[in-house]
Amino acid sequence: MTEQLIVENLVKYYPVKGGIIPHTVAQIKAVDGVSFTIEGGTTLGLVGESGCGKSTIGRQIVALEKPTSGSIIFDGEDITNLSSDQLQKKRTRLQMVFQDPYSSLNPRKKVFHILADPMIHHHICTKEDAPAKVDELLDMVGLHRSAKDRFPHEFSGGQRQRIGIARALALNPSLIVLDEPVSALDVSIQAQILNLLKDLKTKLGLTYLFIGHGLGAVRYISDRIAVMYMGKIVEMADADTLFSHPLHPYTKALRDAAPVPDPTLRDAVHEALSGEVGSVMDIPVGCRFQNRCPYARPECGSVEMALIEAEPGHFVACPYTAINTQGVSGTSTMSGTQFMADTQSVSGSDKSDTSNSDRQEKGGAAHV
Amino acid sequence: MIKLKPVNTPSSPSSTYNQQIMRRFFKHKLAVISLIFLCVIILLSVLAPLIAPYDPNRITGGFSQAPSAEHWLGTDQSGRDVLSRLLYGTRISLLVGFMATLISTVIGVVLGLLSGYFGGWLDMVIMRITDMVMSFPYILLVLVAAAIFEPGLTNIILILGFVDWPGVARLVRGNVLSLRETNFVKSAEVAGMSKWYILFSEILPNTVAPILVYATSVFALSILDEAALSYLGMGVTLPTASLGNMLNGAESLTILTSKPWLWVPAGSLIILLALSINFIGDALRDAVDPTSTK
Amino acid sequence: MFKYIIKRILIAIPVLIGITIIDYGIMCLAGSPLEMIAGPRVSMEALENKAILLGLDKPFYVQYFVWLGQLLQGNMGTSMKSYLQVSDMIGSHIGPTLLLMGTSLIVGLAIAVPAGIFSAIHQYKKRDYAVVTLSFVGLSIPGFFLALMLIYLFTVKLGWLPSSGMTTLGTDGGFWDVVKHMIMPVTVLAVSVAGSNIRYVRSAMLEILQSDYLRTATAKGIGRRRVINKHALRNALIPIITVIGMQIPTLFGGSIIVEKIFSWPGLGLMTMNAILGRDYPVIMGVCLLSAVVVLAGNLITDILYALVDPTITYQ
Repeated sequence: MTEQLIVENLVKYYPVKGGIIPHTVAQIKAVDGVSFTIEGGTTLGLVGESGCGKSTIGRQIVALEKPTSGSIIFDGEDITNLSSDQLQKKRTRLQMVFQDPYSSLNPRKKVFHILADPMIHHHICTKEDAPAKVDELLDMVGLHRSAKDRFPHEFSGGQRQRIGIARALALNPSLIVLDEPVSALDVSIQAQILNLLKDLKTKLGLTYLFIGHGLGAVRYISDRIAVMYMGKIVEMADADTLFSHPLHPYTKALRDAAPVPDPTLRDAVHEALSGEVGSVMDIPVGCRFQNRCPYARPECGSVEMALIEAEPGHFVACPYTAINTQGVSGTSTMSGTQFMADTQSVSGSDKSDTSNSDRQEKGGAAHV
Repeated sequence: MIKLKPVNTPSSPSSTYNQQIMRRFFKHKLAVISLIFLCVIILLSVLAPLIAPYDPNRITGGFSQAPSAEHWLGTDQSGRDVLSRLLYGTRISLLVGFMATLISTVIGVVLGLLSGYFGGWLDMVIMRITDMVMSFPYILLVLVAAAIFEPGLTNIILILGFVDWPGVARLVRGNVLSLRETNFVKSAEVAGMSKWYILFSEILPNTVAPILVYATSVFALSILDEAALSYLGMGVTLPTASLGNMLNGAESLTILTSKPWLWVPAGSLIILLALSINFIGDALRDAVDPTSTK
Repeated sequence: MFKYIIKRILIAIPVLIGITIIDYGIMCLAGSPLEMIAGPRVSMEALENKAILLGLDKPFYVQYFVWLGQLLQGNMGTSMKSYLQVSDMIGSHIGPTLLLMGTSLIVGLAIAVPAGIFSAIHQYKKRDYAVVTLSFVGLSIPGFFLALMLIYLFTVKLGWLPSSGMTTLGTDGGFWDVVKHMIMPVTVLAVSVAGSNIRYVRSAMLEILQSDYLRTATAKGIGRRRVINKHALRNALIPIITVIGMQIPTLFGGSIIVEKIFSWPGLGLMTMNAILGRDYPVIMGVCLLSAVVVLAGNLITDILYALVDPTITYQ
């Protein structure tokens, strides 16, 4: 198994402009030092509340946005420094499926053109064999071939999402970023789409980065899961491990927030979260979760939490839970590896100059 | 978050987007009447050489004769047939209006697309220029330009075409800014499509409808402006007839009071043309965007 | 708020400078004003002297900076026809124009606002269609043609109203005399103001009538009239403020033609004569003035908007 995608110390700050002569008065730290790898043919699930930076990561991997710093190594090449020509070639290998199937298809284009134009542009097929290729794609995603002569508004949400998947597949990608592909769909349709994605992965040997905000769908499709909170990964492990014994208090809270179908298990102790997600413009010093954490200690307000390997393949950004749960003596911090969370000093972002409207506007851009 | 939708909607392929627009448009009776009227007028003016009873620039009767069997709408101060001049004048006025609209729309669309899609300094420069043109009282700008350049058909078209574009540019820019953030444009970017493909194949088709609506009001406005300029003697110059310069003589009290055939037909035709174009534009706005209340 | 105003003024300055440059450039391309003076009775030598006197022998960008420098000292130049100071000419003509524009704006809005609200309240009824159709008629009548028809009716046929000037010649006017002279020009301008704004007011009102908080107010059962008067009108006034701002350039332009037709002794008539005579300093002065007025109008509108609408904060 090779590592197809290596994300190292990824940082994305959005500047907040203000003042008479516009200048940066504050920064929104959407992604603040994130590192992970995805092995070829596997799925990494990325979960977290809205605004935690997970979609920002997705958009940077498909090069819709440039990271502030850090690197994204895809197939052995850092795509953050590619020239636009090189990037255009690389792009066919890196595709994305968007959350909202209603806004992600051009309402003025027939499905045929939505699927065929990119293929023709990249010389994947000629104009002559485009119809055959489009039929093939439609078969693959389980749509009737007649769909190609219709406009997107003639389809339901689930069908549109299938078109979105077909469009991503059209360019023969090896990695697909799935940005909450089922959140906007009916529960019954969600399962169909997830199964389709799973099948396609096996059939075509695809690698997925699956972004979601609830653990349910993410658990179903992912091999490994990373949990994000306010721009940082707080825990990362195999899907099953993460569910059977989560270490970070935030992961526990997320897991417990999911509805439990078995009534006998409903009485299990729930750790409901209190408080609100903090502002990404005003990140607390120390652990970012401290103000909502039921186990918060005085030290949490001063120590920057690094990801530590609590057990093989299980990383967590909270030394205390790890000690408490596992009884591990001493913290086995991985020094100098890609899993080491960044140690950037958390400077109190000055926001005194910024108006509400600006904060909302810029903040809105960071929340996806 | 859950949208309740039937699992399989075999929606009728018959109702395409354009057909929906057509259906909504034809609900507006006034607009339909206006459309028919406009078509008839356009047809008459295009066929002017065939149906006009006289050469519009030749003296064919006495000066300022009242309507008669030979001259249905009488003759003008120089003895030319008013009906023939009206037909040819409509032709010129429509031509000026159409060409000016075309020019300003093309300039506005191109600048708006560039400004909205590329942003940065280009956007800054284009928007400041737009501000400048918009800060001039429109008619002052037209008058100054008309005084500077020789009056004449080409110049009046160019002048009117040049002053109307800022509105189109702003409209297009605003649309591009919002379309640029849509997921279908993002996905075209992810697919590595060229900037020009995204601009002209993804963004432009989605902004055609509002541009068209705006263009109708520019069309009506251009016809009115041509009339005003030609009336003031700064637009289409004699002997070429236009609806505006046919009203030149109406300033004189004798014509105004005792020779209505010299100003009533041209004047009412201007009003009816502008009115019908405005009605069509309004119905089009409704048809294109049924949620809008404007 | 203060910062916002400063910022807006800073943005307006380059626009203003740009306007003067473009304007000056176009007019220099257009040809020399000496052509207007030139004739068989004027010798070449006299022309050259005149050129030097007016500074026309220098390249046009030098002339521009000379003009701009003088402008910054408060000197807008001298008319090439009347040899009067441009600032004095503007000063003596601006009064009648302001009177005409102000009255027309008030009359136009006094028609448009109630009509638009009436139309919105009765949406999709015959009354609504009638008002909207009328507004289109107002929009589609060329101002000069309406002026001619008014003159025909009220001056020629009925003999009620004077058709030119601001006061009757030979008299010193008096309040009612001026009012009589104003009726027709004000009507022409007010029709265009009303025509373009009824639909705007209507849609602003409709948007508010369809808002959730108004449904809530209706659901509380406090009565339709009170809902509209207490809740809807106040909020509808906010977008209507922008209307006033948008009217300024239109009115300024409209008054040029109207003043010409009715020989109203204002800026418009002066401008028209300057344009016909290629009196550049005067044209430049008027263009500059109008640009300042328009930019100031936009600024004031935005500030008013911010004051009235508590949800807007500017930075």
